[in-house]
Amino acid sequence: MIEKTAISIPTEGAMGKTGTWRVFKPILNKEKCVRCWRCWVFCPDLAISRGDYPVIDYEYCKGCGICANECPTNAIKMEREEK
Amino acid sequence: MAIKDLPTEEYILKGHAGCPGCPVTIALRIALKALGRKTILVIPASCSAVIQSLHPKTSFNVPTLNIAFEASAAAASGIASALKMLGKEDIIPVVWAGDGGSYDIGLQALSGALERGTNFIYVCYNNQMYSNTGIQRSGATPYGAWTTTTWSGKKEMEKNLAEIVMAHHIPYIATATIAYPEDLYKKMKKAREMKGPRYIEILCPCPPGWRFDMSKTVEMSRLAVQTGAWILYEIINGKIEFTADSKRLLEGKERKPLEEWLKMQGRFRHLKEEDIQKIKESIDKKWEFFKQMNLRQKL
Repeated sequence: MIEKTAISIPTEGAMGKTGTWRVFKPILNKEKCVRCWRCWVFCPDLAISRGDYPVIDYEYCKGCGICANECPTNAIKMEREEK
Repeated sequence: MAIKDLPTEEYILKGHAGCPGCPVTIALRIALKALGRKTILVIPASCSAVIQSLHPKTSFNVPTLNIAFEASAAAASGIASALKMLGKEDIIPVVWAGDGGSYDIGLQALSGALERGTNFIYVCYNNQMYSNTGIQRSGATPYGAWTTTTWSGKKEMEKNLAEIVMAHHIPYIATATIAYPEDLYKKMKKAREMKGPRYIEILCPCPPGWRFDMSKTVEMSRLAVQTGAWILYEIINGKIEFTADSKRLLEGKERKPLEEWLKMQGRFRHLKEEDIQKIKESIDKKWEFFKQMNLRQKL
């Protein structure tokens, strides 16, 4: 049945490691972080997860910079990727 | 409710095909947190169909039906009937369509489904253009905005689908936007717990379509509310209630100057003073309409 109909299977990284799209990389400064979780809720790529402090998954972060722009204490800085 | 109280369950997987800074993924993420696992998404041709990624893989961890552009609400009606026959009415069909698929192409199917009282949720994520196919004008594109089919700016005013839906007298209508995640979550949750047709419209500022930097997505959405260009409200059984910053604006807080929002977007770069004046007037008119509605129900 499944072979005959076009069914897609939920897979992590369906478009590959989207971290390779990135030009600027978010860097978290834990000393400034107040754990308001705005970066977590606004991340379109689910690249920030909730640990003790925000954990950034560089394998999938596309580097849009919303987290750095929304951070109320400027704890996240965008730095150019080095190739 | 604060941001930290939102559930941590995710129904979208990492590594999807959305553009960097895409507002639709933010909206869908928060919406699915409220809707939960017992959801069947119906997605017509739109950006969301792209965000799902390529066959045989998908980035959505809830059952999803892809359907032709104009048929989304009709398909959801079918699913709702099937679920009723199977006695599985705890599962809810949710249409997740763009403004092109709601304002223009899917309008007759939407109107029909609302009129039949289908038990479903219709979400229109409004980015005010056909972003997926290359930024063409839609019925939701505002006056003066550049698109690839309105090079010198759109000459007509946008229509307001929420007001058209209002004429169907359905139990729940709401508008939301991504900059207010708690507000969006609460509205989704409220809609989930009701019965009958429910309609929610989410403003999604699209970085490539509106011509602004991808890091400003949420800021743009917040400014749209604070300048009064987008109004947050919910209408439960005909009673209007303003929410979040729109409530503060209604209570007399001053609106931010509209230019602040317009000047940040490349699509409004060519606007002349009289065009800005015209947009301001149309926003005032919109506010007046909802204020009157609010006053009438208090009498």
